Amino acid sequence: MNTLFDKIWDSHIVDRIEDGPQQIYIDRLYCHEVTSPQAFEGLRARGIKCFRPERIFCMPDHNTPTHDQDKPVQDPVSRKQLETLDANVREFGLTYFGMMDPRNGIIHVVGPEQGLSLPGMTIVCGDSHTSTHGAVGAIAFGIGTSEVEMVMASQCILQSKPKSMRIKVEGKLGKGVTAKDLALYIMKQISTSGATGYFVEYAGSAVRSLTMEGRLTLCNLSIEMGARGGFVAPDETTFAYLKGRPYSPKGDDWDKAVEYWKSLRSDDDAVFDKEIVFDAADIKPMITYGTNPGMGVEVSGRVPALESIPEQGRESFCKSLDYMDFHPGDAMIGKKVDYVFLGACTNGRIEDFRAFASIAAGRHKAENVVAWLVPGSWAVMEQIKDEGLDKVLEAAGFEIRQPGCSACLAMNDDKVPAGKYCVSTSNRNFEGRQGQGARTLLASPLTAAAAAVTGCVTDPRDLL
Amino acid sequence: MKQKFNIIESTCVPLKVENVDTDQIIPARFLKATTKDEKYFGDMLFRDWRFDAEDKPKPDFVLNRPEFSAFPAEGVHQILVAGKNFGNGSSREHAAWALAGYGFRVVISSFFADIHKNNELNNFVLPVVVPEDFLQELFDTIEADSEARVRVDVPSQRVTNLTTGRQESFELNAYKKYCLMNALDDIDYLLENQDKIIAYENKR
Repeated sequence: MNTLFDKIWDSHIVDRIEDGPQQIYIDRLYCHEVTSPQAFEGLRARGIKCFRPERIFCMPDHNTPTHDQDKPVQDPVSRKQLETLDANVREFGLTYFGMMDPRNGIIHVVGPEQGLSLPGMTIVCGDSHTSTHGAVGAIAFGIGTSEVEMVMASQCILQSKPKSMRIKVEGKLGKGVTAKDLALYIMKQISTSGATGYFVEYAGSAVRSLTMEGRLTLCNLSIEMGARGGFVAPDETTFAYLKGRPYSPKGDDWDKAVEYWKSLRSDDDAVFDKEIVFDAADIKPMITYGTNPGMGVEVSGRVPALESIPEQGRESFCKSLDYMDFHPGDAMIGKKVDYVFLGACTNGRIEDFRAFASIAAGRHKAENVVAWLVPGSWAVMEQIKDEGLDKVLEAAGFEIRQPGCSACLAMNDDKVPAGKYCVSTSNRNFEGRQGQGARTLLASPLTAAAAAVTGCVTDPRDLL
Repeated sequence: MKQKFNIIESTCVPLKVENVDTDQIIPARFLKATTKDEKYFGDMLFRDWRFDAEDKPKPDFVLNRPEFSAFPAEGVHQILVAGKNFGNGSSREHAAWALAGYGFRVVISSFFADIHKNNELNNFVLPVVVPEDFLQELFDTIEADSEARVRVDVPSQRVTNLTTGRQESFELNAYKKYCLMNALDDIDYLLENQDKIIAYENKR
């Protein structure tokens, strides 16, 4: 009667502290340049090394420019942070996928793609979107820098066990409705704190029928529901995706691994602390109008009326609309768009580029739109070229940039100017997230493509 | 910074906004530092709410209002009172460093995001979860009197609005309480526990 979460978590308990947290063993620690320097600094101050360096994988992604990566990084502060990771990796003897390494990319795209993130593992990284790796059937969650240092020092972390929630989505997603829309829909229903304190297992026929890319998108957005992480039990889709990846087990080890992975499912009589069921037929293409990812509506819908917001939340609601320069009751369709961003750990995978290209094909980028198309990794870039999607996109007036986190959080030069609107496939529409004063509308790659070719918010179903 | 906790009695700074995400607590462009300089992060706390694009203070933001603008000191403005779902979004610990660097010792809210809550605790800033009506009453109290004081008693795990006398208990597990009261962190604990880690690895 155990949940899959219980099974994986419990098998990683090293020790229990009475009336305190549990000590959990960590199989993989991923590090990027932003949240690791102070952890390395901490190790040096304590005079210790990494306890299990072979379990730690590092790569820069947040500061990396999306052009001319073979040349020195222009911004001296970004460059210093990148050089610091480079130096730390050498000092502590860790595996490193540096800039221009064909394995480099956004850490949450690279982990599954290299077969580093595997079913049944515990995976952490100083990054809230570590929840992404749950898509392979692992327990993966974001941590702070003190906790990164903790894992470097001991390969363990002290955590109180979260409660478990199951979100089931039954039925078939409609035409033009993607995993991104599904996630935005769930957030709208349960809010950005609806799953705080929980780990989420996604289940139901609509989730089962998602591709790995779709599952990665859904699990990526678990944190935006407040959950530490979310996962999908591994199945044939998972095994087919992982087979032959560079770090996946090979030969006999593969067969043994698959046999074990098949046991990774919640028991039929498992009891969850909370269970929610949604009907896939209720879900339409979604877009956000406000400054948190829970502030979403159907693309064909309107900004909610003030009266529909609970009284205590109205001040924050108005502050949000003020920032966006939107008004209650505004229709979303037809809203002018200045920028379009395709990419991020949420939607920077091959399927996202295929979706975008399916709408761009035979059409042309709108004059008023600046579009940034940023693959999640060099491997994604290679596949884009193999499939000829680059030609389709170029013919439609789009240019493909080099991989990295890019305009998702604008730590590099890809910043949306103040007051401008960006339809973005990333994960956060917080104030200033894509640049000081930038206004973000979160949506799927299809909706982003529809905006890019029409120059305004458009229902992608009209273009399919 | 490791600091011992016992009883804190202080005036408060009210931030009556819900869903304050860590991008607001400290925007991403200030995450490029490679050392843990709390003074630097403290200066950038709520940067885009506190200052405009020309670095001029925005007069309406609470930290710039004359009655709340004094930096925290013993008994003064050591407690931040914030709307529900504080610290959601990015896992950046820089947000906790900024709160600590500015001088806050305690954040009171009706709800915290998980990662940020841990980050606060790991930096000796105490997140105190109170019922929604306690929070609303506290906002009213501070609105009526900016000198109103709150007492946060870590040993007995009680928080008191000293104006109204209303008292609530708050959650803190015994282990973390011991760490906070003795200025110890989790790494100190784990380093002493290495035998158990090796035993676990051998058993797998």
